[in-house]
Amino acid sequence: MDTILFIIFAIVSLICGFNVVLQKHPISSALSLVGVMGSLAVLYLLLGAEFLAMTQVIVYGGAVMVLFVFTIMLLNAGAEKSSTKSWFAQIAGLPLLLAFIVLMGFLIKGVMPALPGVRFGSFVGGTAHEIGRLLFTEYLLPFEVISILILIAILGAVVLARKEID
Amino acid sequence: MSIDPVPLSWYLLLSALLFALGVAGFLYRKSIITVFMSIELMLNAVNLSFIAFSYKLRQIDGHIYAFFVMVVAAAEAAVGLAIILTIFKNRGTLQIDDVDSMKL
Repeated sequence: MDTILFIIFAIVSLICGFNVVLQKHPISSALSLVGVMGSLAVLYLLLGAEFLAMTQVIVYGGAVMVLFVFTIMLLNAGAEKSSTKSWFAQIAGLPLLLAFIVLMGFLIKGVMPALPGVRFGSFVGGTAHEIGRLLFTEYLLPFEVISILILIAILGAVVLARKEID
Repeated sequence: MSIDPVPLSWYLLLSALLFALGVAGFLYRKSIITVFMSIELMLNAVNLSFIAFSYKLRQIDGHIYAFFVMVVAAAEAAVGLAIILTIFKNRGTLQIDDVDSMKL
């Protein structure tokens, strides 16, 4: 069952990931990205991260993607024009990407050979209880810092979207 | 009948592939919004890696880091989309090639 679920959702996320890159229209890319995030949430759940799976659906699939779709529709963004100005990316991008994938595959297969199989339910640490306890004891300072970051981001977004910058 | 469990390396390979897709979108797309979505795709791929290693090490510290990455991504989306909005208001374009005043 784990294997079937993994294969289904890995294929869905890969297809949607290709769709994000290949679609010409931004709204199609955004909807494909929702598909990637939903299937990644299922994979998180298979890995025992139930709190993060829920957070992924709420924060990414809900808030961030709604923000994206809202911006796309507000700006009435049409299909992009194809232009080939960046010659470096055109020439060296694809070989470097393939080299990266091959290198990662080699590293994962070679350096870490004895990785265990993933069984759903064999690791149940990722509950909201455990994460909250760790967040408020060991990671208290990063938690406070990141809340200040959020505050600054809110202020920055409001200031940026409000006035004209010459 | 029991199927063998999925090796953890498949998760890591999926993460690497999604990251590479994000890099490809970042390099090849010309619309600012799509480039931004490619960055989100890369962040998601790294999160999958964090959670897979967290499963292997039986520690939830990786979950905390993935949580922080999500928070930073949300903040980045808010600020980035505000910047895109401002660019569109001032220049009336969403193509990356048209925003080149800092180019030599």
